[in-house]
Amino acid sequence: MKDEEIIDHVLVPKHKILDKKEIETVCKKYGITVKDLPKILKDDPAVKMLGAKPGDVVSIERISSTSGISVYYRTVI
Amino acid sequence: MGANCSIFEVGVIIMDESVIQNVLGLYEEKIDSLDISPKEKTALKLSLKDRYAKMRYDPGDAVGVVAAQSISEPATQTTLRSYHRAAGAGLNITQGLPRILEIFDARKVPVTPSMKIYLKKEYNNKDKAVEIASSIKETDLKHIMVMDSLDLANMALEVELDKGIIKQFNIIPDKIISAVKRKVKNVNASVDGNKLIFEIKKDKVTIKDLQALRFKLRDVHVKGIKGITHCIVERVGDEYVLYTLGSNLMKVSKIEGIDTSRLCSNNMFEIAEVLGIEAARNTLVMEIIETLRAQGVDTDVRHLLLVADAMTQSGEIQPIGRYGLSGSKSSVLARANFEETIRHLTDAAVYGLSDDLNGIVENVMIGKTAKVGTGLVDIAMKTQKKEKPKKVAETKE
Repeated sequence: MKDEEIIDHVLVPKHKILDKKEIETVCKKYGITVKDLPKILKDDPAVKMLGAKPGDVVSIERISSTSGISVYYRTVI
Repeated sequence: MGANCSIFEVGVIIMDESVIQNVLGLYEEKIDSLDISPKEKTALKLSLKDRYAKMRYDPGDAVGVVAAQSISEPATQTTLRSYHRAAGAGLNITQGLPRILEIFDARKVPVTPSMKIYLKKEYNNKDKAVEIASSIKETDLKHIMVMDSLDLANMALEVELDKGIIKQFNIIPDKIISAVKRKVKNVNASVDGNKLIFEIKKDKVTIKDLQALRFKLRDVHVKGIKGITHCIVERVGDEYVLYTLGSNLMKVSKIEGIDTSRLCSNNMFEIAEVLGIEAARNTLVMEIIETLRAQGVDTDVRHLLLVADAMTQSGEIQPIGRYGLSGSKSSVLARANFEETIRHLTDAAVYGLSDDLNGIVENVMIGKTAKVGTGLVDIAMKTQKKEKPKKVAETKE
């Protein structure tokens, strides 16, 4: 599938690369290090087009039936 | 009820006010459109907020255990019903307990892979839907011929094509021949009206050769996408939707007229490969919900979300079991307790592993209070100043 098709797909939530400050606030909020976050592969189609490198943190805006929009974080490995 | 996290310093503040606001925001419009007085509206909003707060988990609650119970108890109830199903109309896709097992075991390919294909607006009519369905369905030579026979006088093979089908699907005989030549070499082919005549390029052709050719030709792929054995058109609401048996997202997404933004498959691994792990997680949740709902089981989605998150947290879909989640636990005792006890214990002895005794299983084994629920904290006291709620008096055993 093409990149636009993947972005537009109903099953694919919005992915975004966090900058250093945002990573810090996330880690502080949950009291963890980047290593403790769930993982996402670097050749995952949704991440590949963002151009994320291993070590980056990606925020995922999930549309949740129980909490409206919930933000999830994953480290690229 | 409703955890007041600020008293404890458990580590994570599980849910903040913004989440509640988010959820209420979803219902705000609905409430505003109701035909009730403003006073009642605010009362309704408040009670909604209260209800939502009450549904939250307390810190330290063993959510995993509760999820496991909530899924497996109703799953045992459905066992008897699930294996028997009269042949209904349409496609027979695995349902019930076998499907639930398949999902949680994360089998690479489901027994009945299936796709749901929506069409673009311009293509949303019966003729176009049928046309697209025919271009998706795998068509072999055996599907479009009336008969094949051996012509022993000329030592050739005659294949008579079905006129109607050829006209309907717009298949050109030359295309079939080129498809045949791609698969079978050393064959001469010619068209004679409705018949295709094949001859083997060989000095002495035996009947055995012709018979072999005959069976080979039947499986020559002529049209459609390999692996998709059925494709039916169904009307859902005011839309035509295609359901398939067999799944190939990559190839189907390239066909014109298909709404790629809603194309989905029940094969999670394929989704993970094409659309990413998050899409796979969503599929996982949807598949579990659909299978459970079809059996009349009404499990709260949050249990399923938890399982799906756990299964996809490594970036790949992990099964639940020896080779997946249970096998990748950090605690030696927990793994030894599950399966392959001796292997885990000897491995631990050989490599000199230690166990921090943080989980439930380990603590049950050694008879210590597990760090769940009220066992999570030793003593928690409210400090006098409410402005600084972070200081916690904690004594260790």
